[in-house]
Amino acid sequence: MPLWLALLRGPLLQHPARFALSVLAIALGVALGLAVRVINASAVDEFAAASRALSGEADLVVRGAREGFDEALYPVLARTPGVQLASPVIEVDAPLADSREVLHVMGIDLFRALALQPGLVGEGTDRLDLLRPDTVFLSPMAAASLGLSVGGTLRVQAGVAVRELRVVGSAGGEAARGRWAIMDIAAAQTLFGREGLVSRVDLRLDPEVDVATVLAGLSLPPGVVAERPDAGAQTTARMTRAYRVNLEVLALVALFTGGLLVLTTQALAVAQRRAQIALLRVIGFTRRQVVLLLASEGLVVGVLGALAGTLIGLVAARLILGAFGGDLGAGFYDAASAPLRVDGGAIALFALLGVGAALAGSLAPAFEVARAAPAQALKSGDDQRAFSALRPAWPGLLAIGLGVAMTRLPPVGGLPVFGYLAIVALLGGTLALLPRIARLVAMRLPVTATDAASLAVARLRAYPTQAALSVAAVVAAVSLVTAMAIMVASFRHSLDEWLGAMLPADLYLRAATDGDAAFLSPELQQAIRATPGLERVEFLRWQQVLTDPALPRTTVLARDGVAGDAALRLPLVSGPVAGPTDLPQAWLSEPASTLLNLVPGDRLTLPLDGREHVFHVAGIWRDYARQNGAVLVDRDVYRRLTGDATANDAGLWMAPGVGAGEIIETIRRLPGVDRMVFATPLDIRALSLSIFDRTFAVTYALEAAAVVIGLLGLSSAIGGQVISRRREFGMLRHLGVTRRQIATMLAAEGLTATAAGLLVGYGLGFAIGLVLIHVVNRQSFHWGMELQMPWSTLAIFGIAMLASAAITSVVSGRRALATDAVRAVREDW
Amino acid sequence: MLSLHDLARRFPGPPPRPLFAGVNLELASGEFVAIIGDSGVGKSTLLHCIAGLDRPDAGRVVFDGVDLMTLDDDGATILRRQKLGFVFQAFHILPWLDLAANVALPLGLLGHGAAESRREATAMLDAVGLRDRAASHPRELSGGELQRVAIARALVHSPKLLLADEPTGNLDPDNAVRVLDLLAAQVRQRGAACILVTHSRRAAAVADRVLRLTADGLVPAG
Repeated sequence: MPLWLALLRGPLLQHPARFALSVLAIALGVALGLAVRVINASAVDEFAAASRALSGEADLVVRGAREGFDEALYPVLARTPGVQLASPVIEVDAPLADSREVLHVMGIDLFRALALQPGLVGEGTDRLDLLRPDTVFLSPMAAASLGLSVGGTLRVQAGVAVRELRVVGSAGGEAARGRWAIMDIAAAQTLFGREGLVSRVDLRLDPEVDVATVLAGLSLPPGVVAERPDAGAQTTARMTRAYRVNLEVLALVALFTGGLLVLTTQALAVAQRRAQIALLRVIGFTRRQVVLLLASEGLVVGVLGALAGTLIGLVAARLILGAFGGDLGAGFYDAASAPLRVDGGAIALFALLGVGAALAGSLAPAFEVARAAPAQALKSGDDQRAFSALRPAWPGLLAIGLGVAMTRLPPVGGLPVFGYLAIVALLGGTLALLPRIARLVAMRLPVTATDAASLAVARLRAYPTQAALSVAAVVAAVSLVTAMAIMVASFRHSLDEWLGAMLPADLYLRAATDGDAAFLSPELQQAIRATPGLERVEFLRWQQVLTDPALPRTTVLARDGVAGDAALRLPLVSGPVAGPTDLPQAWLSEPASTLLNLVPGDRLTLPLDGREHVFHVAGIWRDYARQNGAVLVDRDVYRRLTGDATANDAGLWMAPGVGAGEIIETIRRLPGVDRMVFATPLDIRALSLSIFDRTFAVTYALEAAAVVIGLLGLSSAIGGQVISRRREFGMLRHLGVTRRQIATMLAAEGLTATAAGLLVGYGLGFAIGLVLIHVVNRQSFHWGMELQMPWSTLAIFGIAMLASAAITSVVSGRRALATDAVRAVREDW
Repeated sequence: MLSLHDLARRFPGPPPRPLFAGVNLELASGEFVAIIGDSGVGKSTLLHCIAGLDRPDAGRVVFDGVDLMTLDDDGATILRRQKLGFVFQAFHILPWLDLAANVALPLGLLGHGAAESRREATAMLDAVGLRDRAASHPRELSGGELQRVAIARALVHSPKLLLADEPTGNLDPDNAVRVLDLLAAQVRQRGAACILVTHSRRAAAVADRVLRLTADGLVPAG
C-alpha cells in the first residue's frame, strides 16, 4: 500500500466510531439542506409551470381583485390597438360540498380560449358541452383526486347552496398539472354570483407590437393591472420566499453544526496525535505535506458524508413531498400536486457545502500542527499548545459586537440577511469565547481534596480549551434549539392571545371553510339576525384587492361595528390616531403596515369596485392570519362605497340560557341553506393551534437533527478524549483509584463541561431567539410577537442533555477501562 | 510480608501463550529484590499480579496477611491505595497538575486534607531534591526530574511495598544511576520493601537479591 494511503487510512480506521460520527454529522447536514432545497424548488417550479399552462399563449394578463373586475373592461381591452385577441376568464375557488377542500374552477369563453388557451379547452364526447350551464371538465389530477370520471357528478358550494355539475370530459391533456375544472364563463358567473365580473383577461398581441408600448397605452381602472403571465407566479414565489429561505437557513445550521463537529473532532484528534505528526516532520515530511495529509482526512469525511447525505436527502425529499406536500405543511401550495424535481445544481451545491464544511473543519488544526516546532511537539504535554491560538478574547468579542450591530440593519430584498449574519456572528463569537468561559466556570468550582470530582475540575481548569472544543457542538445545538423554542413558544403564545382578542363572540358562522364562492346574501343575513335567541350579530365581508402589482393581494375586511369599537376590540400595536372626520377610518394589520409602508395618521388609497377610495389610517393591529396584509374597515362604509351587501362570516352573541345547538339548528333550517360552517371560539382556537403546530413540525425535525449532531459531537469528543487518556487511567488504577471513581470523575467532567455548555447555549439561544423574534420574523413576515419563555421545555431538554453527557462519559470510560487500561501505562503514545 | 505461591499466568490468546509458571517468592519487610529476565517473559505481568491488577491463572498472592485472590476489584484497589507504591518506565505525571498536586495524589485518595497533603508532598519533593519545584508543571522538567517526582509520589504515603517497573528505561545512564540511588535510598530510609523489575544488571545491582524470571519460575540470577 502506498505510504500516503497508509498514513491516511491508519488514523481513520484506528477510531472507526469517531470517523463514522463525523461522516454521519456531515451527511445529516447535507441531507437536510438538500431535502429542504429540493422540496422548495419542486413546489415553486410546479406552481410556476401550472401558472404558465393556465395562461396559455397569452402575452399579457389583466387581473384585479380576487372577486373580479367589471367585465365591461373586456371589450375595451379587445379593441385596444395592438391587441390581437382577448380572452376573459372567471376564476373561483369553489368549496366542495362533500369535503373541506376547494376546487379551482375557471369559466372560459370557448371560442376565445380555443385560440388563446387551447390547453384549457375540454375534450369530451360533445364539444357543445362546454356551452351548457351545468357541465364541467376536470383536469386529470382533479378527476383522480376526486374519484370522478365522465358521467360523474361534481357537487360544489355556491353561496350557501350546493349545486351539481355533470362531468363531461377532461381538460388540459394527460400532462396537465394541478387540480382544476373548466366550465362556460357565463355559466360560472351565474352559478357563483359573479354576474358582470371577470377575474382576468388574457391578451395576445400583434406580433409586430412592442409589449411595453401596449402596457403603457392601456387605461385600466384602479386595482386592475396588466402584466406578463409569469408575474403572478413570481409574486407567489416572492410571498413564500421568506418562508423557504428561513427553512433553508435552518437546514444550513445543521450543516454548520456538522462542520463544527468535524472541527472539534479533528482538533482533539490532531492534538492527541501531535507527537506522531511531529515524528513525520522529523523524518522529512514538509509542512505542506502535513497539511495535505490532515486535510485529506477531512476530505474523506466530507466526500463520504456528502455522498451519504445526498442519497438520504433525496429519499427524504421524496417521502416528505408525498406526506406533507411542497410547502411542508404550511399551506401555501396545493399539497398534492408537486412531483420531486431533482436539481443537479442543488445536489452539487450541498455536496460541495458538505465537503467544504468537513475540509474547513480539518484545515485549522492541520495548519496549527504543521506550524508547530517538531522537537517541542514530540514532548509529552505539548498537545495543549495546539489550543493556544483559541485563547485571545478579542475575536470573539468583536464578532459579538458586529452581530449586535447587524441586528439594527434593514432587510435586503425583503429578506433578513443581516439578521441571519447577526446569528452567525453571535454564534461564532460565543464559540470563540468558550475556552475563557469554560475556564471561568472551572475557576469558580471548589477543589477541596483529591477526590474524583476535584480531579475533574482540576483538569477542566488546566484544559479549558479542550473542554470548550468538546462542548462546542453542544453549545451550537443547544443555542439553536433554545432560540427556536423561544421563538415558537412566543409565537404560539402570541397567537393564542390574539385568537382570544379576535374571537369575542359566542359562536361563529361561515359560509364555507375555504374558497371564495360561498357568501351570505343580504336576505339570509336578515334572516340570521332575526333568529330567536340571538342578542347580537356582526357580519364580516372580506375580499382581496390589488393595491400594488408587485405585491400579493391585500385582504379588505369589512366588519359591522368597527367605527364604534375597533380601538377597544382590536389587538392594537399602534394607535388609535384621530383623523379628519370626512375620511373613513382604516385599521392596518402589521404586515399591511410594513408592506404598504403606512403608519397611523397616513392616508391609504384602496381600489374598491373599480374606484380609488382614500382612508385615514387610524391604527395598526396584530394579525397572524393574513401574511400579505389586511385592512379592516367599517362594513357600513364598505357597503356605501361598493354597494356590496353580501357577507362571508358572522359572529353570533347568544342570549343567556340559549344553547349553540339550538341556534345552529334554526339557522341551518333557513330557506336556501344547504351548507354552512359553525364553530365555537374554542374550536377555532384548537384548529388554529393545530395548524400552527403542523406548520412548525418541520422546524422541530430540523431542530432534532441539530440536537442529534450536537450529541454526536459530544460523544465523539468525550469518546476521543477518554481513549487518549487510557494511560492516565492506567496510572490512576495503579495508584489505587477504583473503576467507579474513574467513572465518577469522567461523569463529573462530562457533566461540568456540558452544564457549562448548556448555560452558554441557553444564554446564546436567548439572544438568538430575540434576533429571530425582533429581526428575522419581523423582516420576513412583518409581524411582531411577545416574548414567552418555554421554561419547562428548556429544563427537560437540559436534563436530557446532561444525562446524555454523563452516560456518554461513563460508557466511554467503561469501554476504555475494559480494554486493558492497566497495560496502557507502558504505551509510548 | 509478601508470599507468592506457585503463580502461573498465560498471555491471553488466541492462542494463549504461557508466560510463567511455578513462581514462588518470600519477601520480607524492608527487603529490596530485583527481578530480571528476557523481554516478554512476563516481568510486568508478575508485578500486576502482585498488585492485584491482574489475576494469575494459578497460585496465590498473600500480601501483608491478605490473600489477594479473595479480594474483588475494589478490595484490591483499596489495598493498593494504602500499601503499595508504583514507579513506571514512562513517568506518568499528570500534565495538568503541578508537581506538589501530582505527588499529593495518593494522600488525597486516602482522605487526607488538601493542605496537609500538599505539605507532605512538598516535604517529599524536598526529599527527592525538588523542593523549589513544587509549583512547577511537568512540562518544565527533564526526564530524570520527572522520574524523581514519580518516586516521590510512590513513597509519599509510606507504602509497605514499592513496585518499580523499568524505572530507568527512559533515562540516560547518568540519570539512571542517580534515580536508582535515590530510589534505593528512599525505600530503605522509609523501611519499605521493593521489587524492581529491570533489564539492566547494573540497575539490579542496587538490590539485596537479584532473581531471574523464567518460564518455570524465579531463580537466583547468576
